[in-house]
Amino acid sequence: MKALLLRDIRLAVRAGGGFGLGLAFFLIVVVLVPFGVGPDSGLLAVIAPGILWVAALLSCLLSLDRIFALDWEDGSLDLLATAPLPMEALVSVKALAHWLTTGVPLVLASPLFALLLSLPVEGYLPLVLSLALGTPALSVIGTFGAALTVGLKRGGLLLSLLVLPLYVPTLIFGAEVARRGAAGLDMAVPLAMLAGITFGAIALLPFASAAVLRVNLR
Amino acid sequence: MELTVTGLSVARGGIPVLEGLDFTLRAGEALILRGPNGVGKTTVLRTLAGLQPPLAGTIGLEREAMAYAGHADGIKTTLTVRENLHFWAEVFGTRRIDPALSAFDLTGLADRVAGALSAGQKRRLGLARMVVTGRPVWVLDEPTVSLDVAAVALFAQAVRSHLANGGMALMATHIDLGLAEARMLDLGPYRAKAPAHDDFDGSFL
Repeated sequence: MKALLLRDIRLAVRAGGGFGLGLAFFLIVVVLVPFGVGPDSGLLAVIAPGILWVAALLSCLLSLDRIFALDWEDGSLDLLATAPLPMEALVSVKALAHWLTTGVPLVLASPLFALLLSLPVEGYLPLVLSLALGTPALSVIGTFGAALTVGLKRGGLLLSLLVLPLYVPTLIFGAEVARRGAAGLDMAVPLAMLAGITFGAIALLPFASAAVLRVNLR
Repeated sequence: MELTVTGLSVARGGIPVLEGLDFTLRAGEALILRGPNGVGKTTVLRTLAGLQPPLAGTIGLEREAMAYAGHADGIKTTLTVRENLHFWAEVFGTRRIDPALSAFDLTGLADRVAGALSAGQKRRLGLARMVVTGRPVWVLDEPTVSLDVAAVALFAQAVRSHLANGGMALMATHIDLGLAEARMLDLGPYRAKAPAHDDFDGSFL
């Protein structure tokens, strides 16, 4: 399992691995928003939590189809399926590698991007906390979608359509944590809901992903 | 150790292609599957490797005994030859990759990026993976595609030493490997009959 994780991270950071893709997309969205809605820092501060969460979600979505597609194309996925590694472990490691290469950079960079949208200073910690707690769910749910569409040429559209509705609860509660944090309100309830979604997804979805992957490899 | 396959039926895309396949393979034996294109050689091998369930019949060994090599080599082009092989060695819990590198004459290429290899060299890397799996039954689908004469000889030598260590090999191939001890199995006679036409109306007439 460790070997697979290290290999996936190594592949992501080497040339053509798409490591910076999500981060660059995040940056582009956040830079473009003030041009679209105007430079009024009061308005930007109000919409910043939601914009940051939507941008993080979309940049996560951008790299989902790479989770299994590349391994499927070059035959590695067949070989991994015959390896002494349970399929559930395989999909969990894949989701973890996706989170480490996409989610974690977004979490770490989010205070900088929050500055660009003039989010109040007291909102930084809740934003980082909500992204750190919510992005694992995005990776795990996305891995499930990628497992469903593995083997489809240009399955990206179908993958987005399948995954986006599943992302909505995470987005609602994640953005709510960030919004309440920025406004100085109590954020215990959305935080608990967000944690529940994430841990529920981590506990249950690998079994579903493994089951659909087995069927798709036939 | 013995691989006994009885009454195996396999399907591809929901359509049965072969049925009633029986054979036994003992330690140190090799079996070469023959048959025209589309007869179902790949499907049989994928079923044996555990990638798809059989329609009927039993396979006498666990899928954990099989090492599978398909048409694609599973090579990551941005990793070096050594990194590629080392990854599979770790996945299969074997640590030594040097014997595999030397068996397929890849030692000189070990630190080359796999994307820079020729088709034949990539194939040799894919086959070297079989050595590092450390599994007793090699299931090989068209292993000699894009190999030159010298590389085919290297491959035959690797299979021979695997068999000498008590391993087994099952392969689908069209060319003569020079493995005199290998048995041939023609899949033609096992072709599935067309499904009986559902004569629902006829039974009322």
